[in-house]
Amino acid sequence: MKIPVTITVNGKKHETEVEPRTLLVHFLRENLAMTGTHVGCDTSSCGACTVLLDGKALKSCTMLAIQADGREVTTIEGMAQDDKLHPIQQGFHEKHGLQCGFCTPGMVMTAADLLANNPKPSETEIRHALEGNFCRCTGYHNIVESIQHAAHAMNG
Amino acid sequence: MIPTQVEYHRPKTIAEALELLQKFGEDAKILAGGHSLIPAMKLRLSTPAQLIDIANIPDLTGIDDEGDHIVIWAGAKHGEIASSYTIKEHLNMVAEAAGMIGDVQVRNFGTIGGSLAHADPAADWPAVMIAADATFVIASTSGERKVAAADFFQGLFMTDLNEGEILTQIHIPKPPAGTKSTYEKFVQPASRFAIVGCAAMSDPDCNVRVAFAGVSSKPFRDTGIEEALAGDMTASSIEAAANKAAEGVSVMSDHFASEKYRRHIAKVYAKRALMKLV
Ligand SMILES: Cc1cc2nc3c(=O)[nH]c(=O)nc-3n(C[C@H](O)[C@H](O)[C@H](O)COP(=O)(O)OP(=O)(O)OC[C@H]3O[C@@H](n4cnc5c(N)ncnc54)[C@H](O)[C@@H]3O)c2cc1C
Ligand code: FES
Ligand code: FES
Repeated sequence: MKIPVTITVNGKKHETEVEPRTLLVHFLRENLAMTGTHVGCDTSSCGACTVLLDGKALKSCTMLAIQADGREVTTIEGMAQDDKLHPIQQGFHEKHGLQCGFCTPGMVMTAADLLANNPKPSETEIRHALEGNFCRCTGYHNIVESIQHAAHAMNG
Repeated sequence: MIPTQVEYHRPKTIAEALELLQKFGEDAKILAGGHSLIPAMKLRLSTPAQLIDIANIPDLTGIDDEGDHIVIWAGAKHGEIASSYTIKEHLNMVAEAAGMIGDVQVRNFGTIGGSLAHADPAADWPAVMIAADATFVIASTSGERKVAAADFFQGLFMTDLNEGEILTQIHIPKPPAGTKSTYEKFVQPASRFAIVGCAAMSDPDCNVRVAFAGVSSKPFRDTGIEEALAGDMTASSIEAAANKAAEGVSVMSDHFASEKYRRHIAKVYAKRALMKLV
């Protein structure tokens, strides 16, 4: 049986119905056709599906959409404003923080959580924050640099 | 992977949640942070018909300083515990362990109550709560009862919780000033669960408590180490005591760590933890 929910995604309120068993990631990708949030492992490990829920990084394959009822979700699609990349996205562009790009949406969202709590993280703190995000291509080096670049751009 | 069909309830109070649990009996499952239950539902290892979501019950959240003890409410998130000033001030090992659970995403939503109720043998909280001498408050429609952490864990994913009960609070006695405590963890690199976790606490009179996660099918207090130390926190005494880690305990074996290897790691991590308390 479907249940009514109100979920705000990237500032837009969605009043709709979901089956309680629908995962948040499927709600975003299938119900809302927002495919920027990726499914890598589907087993809560890789972090490709990371979004922000009320500002906190969450693996959206590990939560039901209905648990987000009444709350605010931010996805990678909500990061760029007025065709201008978010400083974290710009950092990945400048520092070549991606190769295939599959992990990137999750990396950017986890970095957003980190920089909101710790505007000037050290390299060690960045690496610690990325423990739940796997990248099969880059070896992480450039991802760390991308986030450092973003931290400078955002907070000097 | 998609869970089986399920109905969903979102009680606003503990009383409402208990009524729903009683009404649905064995069909019901409590949903807290969902970071153990949802993965299990996706794999269809767990197929509840009714989910009772307790994440929105304000009375189940927070950390309170009650003078001689600290109350951690079951709905407190790992991350919130890791950064709590009260916890850092009095119970260093609790803050340290909280900060080592999984990753940022897990710590943002997973709860201490969910972890204790789930009783994964590789989970960190159970051993830390045994070392901290915690008492759990458990509520049902017929009232409240208290259980010592040491009596709560009964085996692989098995606890003293009965159908219809909710773990509501964790009471931890405030240790005397000058007490040192720490948590040392040998991490499974993919899941970040403990292959071996050692929680250790020593008060100014060198009364020591040591407990292990990950080593056996349930967390345990290592009285062998404690007795061998006999209040002597010198390096040679610690070395000798740590070598008694998990003596007489049946040790798990899996494809990450054989029994022999785990036993060895337990000794190494006991020594590391105890040396930090000197
Ligand atoms: C990628 C990943 C890595 C992880 N790494 C670690 C780690 O390193 N160390 C570690 O210890 N854990 C780890 N975990 C598990 C994590 O800590 C979970 O948050 C925790 O085990 C369960 O808490 P929850 O709030 O998510 O509970 P849920 O998943 O919602 O519930 C778990 C179980 O407890 C029951 N339950 C929940 N709350 C209560 C309550 N108050 N009273 C009675 N029953 C209740 C539920 O019915 C269910 O059976 C990891 C999880 C993931 C996904
Ligand atoms: S798809 Fe969610 S963690 Fe990998
Ligand atoms: S860029 Fe390919 S997985 Fe990270």
